[in-house]
Amino acid sequence: MSLTAPVDLGLALLLLGLAVWVIAASATYRAAEGFIAYGLVLALVWVRLGSVDVALTEAALGSGLTGLLLLRAAARLPPADPAERARPAKGVRVLAGLLCAVVTAGLAAVVLLLPEPAPTLAPAAAASLPATGVGNPVTGVLLAYRAVDTLGESIVLVLALIGLWSLAPDAAWGGRPGALTTAPAGSALRFLAQVLPPFGILVGIHLLWVGADHPGGKFQGATVLAAMWVLVIIAGLRRPPPVTSRATRWLVVVGSLIFVGIGAAGIWLAEAFLAYPDGLAKPLILAIEAALTLSVAVILGLLLAGPPEAERPTERRS
Amino acid sequence: MSEATLFGLCGAALVGLGLYGLICHPGALRKILAFNLIGSGVFLLFGVVARRGAASGFGGDPVPQALVITGLVVAFAATALAVALVLRLAQTSGRTGLDPERPGQAEETRRTES
Repeated sequence: MSLTAPVDLGLALLLLGLAVWVIAASATYRAAEGFIAYGLVLALVWVRLGSVDVALTEAALGSGLTGLLLLRAAARLPPADPAERARPAKGVRVLAGLLCAVVTAGLAAVVLLLPEPAPTLAPAAAASLPATGVGNPVTGVLLAYRAVDTLGESIVLVLALIGLWSLAPDAAWGGRPGALTTAPAGSALRFLAQVLPPFGILVGIHLLWVGADHPGGKFQGATVLAAMWVLVIIAGLRRPPPVTSRATRWLVVVGSLIFVGIGAAGIWLAEAFLAYPDGLAKPLILAIEAALTLSVAVILGLLLAGPPEAERPTERRS
Repeated sequence: MSEATLFGLCGAALVGLGLYGLICHPGALRKILAFNLIGSGVFLLFGVVARRGAASGFGGDPVPQALVITGLVVAFAATALAVALVLRLAQTSGRTGLDPERPGQAEETRRTES
């Protein structure tokens, strides 16, 4: 028995306990709080699995930003009326429990019966990594081998934002997103929002820069940048831009545009869409990463800020 | 039992738990939370595959890791959209769940947008 086995077991039990809490908690905001803690424990699990890149993303995005989103939503939702709070009949719940147990048992069997030796693409990834100029294999996969996935993802983010904005009532179109504006912030929060962002922005840019060779990258960096922006908005120091702002819209799409542009240039310069010419891979990857970081940070912040709302401060619900 | 197997079983349990919450919770926001649990369980299974594929000096197979990072970002975007839909549903009909509309109840709470 290795020294780390008790740690792993403890992490697994903590994770499952928090997951049960998220499902079983009576109040929605309690469940959302549990989800934040759950995400942080999950990040530790990712470290134990050797995926520090994923751990950073999980902690910042899966736990932090998602948790904030759900907490804000729980606070804005009116309390459910008793009829809607009623759970399904006991028979249904038992049946659902059985179904879920079967699903879990099936997945557990898959985990226990995974092929030996495990199939892996790590040697292939390692073989071509020097040609890309980056040292972090995950960044290599994201921006060289499977760049088309990342391109699709950057476009999905833009589409999600369009979908979110299109939920605005007609009267509110052209207004500013309102999901993050609160009652006047206390002086402690304002102070934090003045002191923290310089450091947070530095950390975000650092994560982007080291992502080429070490754990980190554009998504992690962009999430930290978005968090700093959101903090400033929540503290009331800056308002989110109106959805009709042309500058904001350009920032939202510039990452995808540069990605598509460089990808299309690859058709002539390197014989394939999204291929990089010899020797230019690293600078091109860095250019894409920098532009994507900016766009992703703006999009994440705007997704948190919600659809535009009419300029009526009295509309707020408790 | 290796840590990969342990956390793999953990991921399997998370998918089951999330599925139960998705079916049994009446509130839409709780369903979103439960769905996120399912998602993280699936990601964890990816992590197990990545860990088992450790080779060439890497701590894990980078391909599943990159897929999970992409998945996390898309999951956040989908969650944001779903939350906005729930809030809009509550705004227009006063409901916070997905039950079929009960007659009368929706009409009295409906507010016109203007």
